[in-house]
Amino acid sequence: MSGFTSQDSATRISVGQAITPEELRSSGASADEATARYALMLGDDSLMLAQRLGAWISRAPELEEDIALGNIALDLLGHARFFLTYAGSAWGKTEDDLAYFRDEEEFRSVRLVEQDNGDFGKTIARQLIFSFYARELYSRLVDSADETLAAIADKALKEVDYHQDHAAQWVRRLGGGTEESHRRMQAGLEDVWAYVEELFVDVDPTTQLAEADIAVLPSSLREPVMQRLRTVIEEAGLTVPEVKGAYGADRTGRFSEHRGYILAEMQVLARQHPGATW
Amino acid sequence: MSAQQAHLQAVGSQAAAEPITEQARRAADEARVGWERFQELIAEDKRVEPRDWMPDHYRKTLVRQVSQHAHSEIIGMQPEGNWITRAPSLKRKAVLMAKVQDEAGHGLYLYSAAETLGTSRDEMYQQLYTGKAKYSSIFNYPARTWADVGAIGWLVDGAAITNQVPLCRASYGPYGRAMVRICKEESFHQRQGWEILYTLSHGTEAQKQMAQDAVDRFYGPALQMFGPPDDESPNSQQSMAWNIKRFSNDELRQRFVDMIVPQAEALGLTLPDPDLKWNEERGHYDFGELDWDEFFSVVKGNGPLNHQRLAHYRRARDEGAWVREAAAAYAAKQDAQARETALLSA
Ligand SMILES: [Fe+2]
Ligand SMILES: [Fe+2]
Ligand SMILES: [Fe+2]
Repeated sequence: MSGFTSQDSATRISVGQAITPEELRSSGASADEATARYALMLGDDSLMLAQRLGAWISRAPELEEDIALGNIALDLLGHARFFLTYAGSAWGKTEDDLAYFRDEEEFRSVRLVEQDNGDFGKTIARQLIFSFYARELYSRLVDSADETLAAIADKALKEVDYHQDHAAQWVRRLGGGTEESHRRMQAGLEDVWAYVEELFVDVDPTTQLAEADIAVLPSSLREPVMQRLRTVIEEAGLTVPEVKGAYGADRTGRFSEHRGYILAEMQVLARQHPGATW
Repeated sequence: MSAQQAHLQAVGSQAAAEPITEQARRAADEARVGWERFQELIAEDKRVEPRDWMPDHYRKTLVRQVSQHAHSEIIGMQPEGNWITRAPSLKRKAVLMAKVQDEAGHGLYLYSAAETLGTSRDEMYQQLYTGKAKYSSIFNYPARTWADVGAIGWLVDGAAITNQVPLCRASYGPYGRAMVRICKEESFHQRQGWEILYTLSHGTEAQKQMAQDAVDRFYGPALQMFGPPDDESPNSQQSMAWNIKRFSNDELRQRFVDMIVPQAEALGLTLPDPDLKWNEERGHYDFGELDWDEFFSVVKGNGPLNHQRLAHYRRARDEGAWVREAAAAYAAKQDAQARETALLSA
């Protein structure tokens, strides 16, 4: 996190190491084209989800959840900043160039993270899937032959540990709480389940990078992530949805209808003042 | 309140009609001892702790003040929270998210401090929900532009710090200690707000204009955060006698003006007050009369966003009700299960 956000706050958990995107930028680490494209995928996923979760602050069911969801959004935004900074190093672009001045079709996020917040049950379903996926991904990316990716993963891993616990605990509470919470949690899972599969599709340049031990092959995450998701869902007395994966799982042209709205909001001010410093 | 009154309060209304029983006499003795000890603590400027005896009026005053402060932190999340999704750089987005999240944390500390006085969090939530409780009027103003986020940090958090640093020594222990943690974070917020404005005022012409416009709008309402002028603030004196409040509204307002004038100069922005000038004799800045009609009408509910702020809060509480019910039901089931396991293994 930046100098400001790493400040000590009794309610903010920041277990990651104190490296900052600014430090990464000034370290001079430079990604090659393929690695940059991979970093962009990971960065876009975190950015979109941070943007979605950030909208919960002041709207959560309980004060403790404003804080928890804020924590998680802040961590994800941190991960996005690292990955985008690193990706930008290949093209002479900053994290902000990439976040604010790309159009819809240039983003590489999966549709899962772009889904709207819905009710708390849907948000938790989305969190459960993404945090289990991210936990598995980073636990292996720490061994990447690319030192910068490995360092980012190392920082992110400790944080997604918490995200995963947070989501799993809520799935248990909602699954086993009241009839209404059970119904809503199940509906939340049904709502987002079609977008799980996209996380595990091998796309260019991941396959080639995985052979060089730089990237984690997405399809190799399918078994362990699905296994763990199934366990948590069933232990909570819920049912693993039988929803087919939505067609068009390729992280590129088949982006969600939500993306345009997300970007319109996120980018509006920056684009009103091109070239300005903030 | 005299020892005699404290005595009556402890004995209760029935005492007037019935002969004083042994139990009532004991309670009265305890109240007398408690009252004397309370007086001593205040006279020696020491801390009153939750277990200490305290006059009812002291307790009520504190519950009102601490819960109002907590509500202000909670409602205060809205104006800036509304910029999280549009912050113009990822770094600013991170800093803003952290700030708004800090405010939630401040609310949490303060509700906890108020709970030690015997009022539950749910009860305080209910008071805010029904519109019975007040919160700082400043949050009924809109955060229209990104520069407003800067002006809120610099002026609103700045006024809050000026108000709150003396509260770190408030006679009620849990309140004073909560304020120590809060003030540390508020001073970060103020500096971050100032930095936002500094960057804008040294940026493009449009950015500079945005910054000046925000300061023009927030200056007056920020000065009013210290409350009405001393001669119209009836509760202040009692609070000062109890070492809750240390300085009067006007003293704090003056202190704040003296602090922000040089900061505004460093920003290259002007403060919208033609009467603002250094008074050599007083060693303070003189400033013009504030619009107290506006202040009282916002307090009474006619601010730009009174209705919307409360509606936002209510919506969040309503939409989250099923989640809180589920968490409670789940916890109860877990407890029951744990008890059963304990019984079986006994
Ligand atoms: Fe605060
Ligand atoms: Fe405050
Ligand atoms: Fe603050």
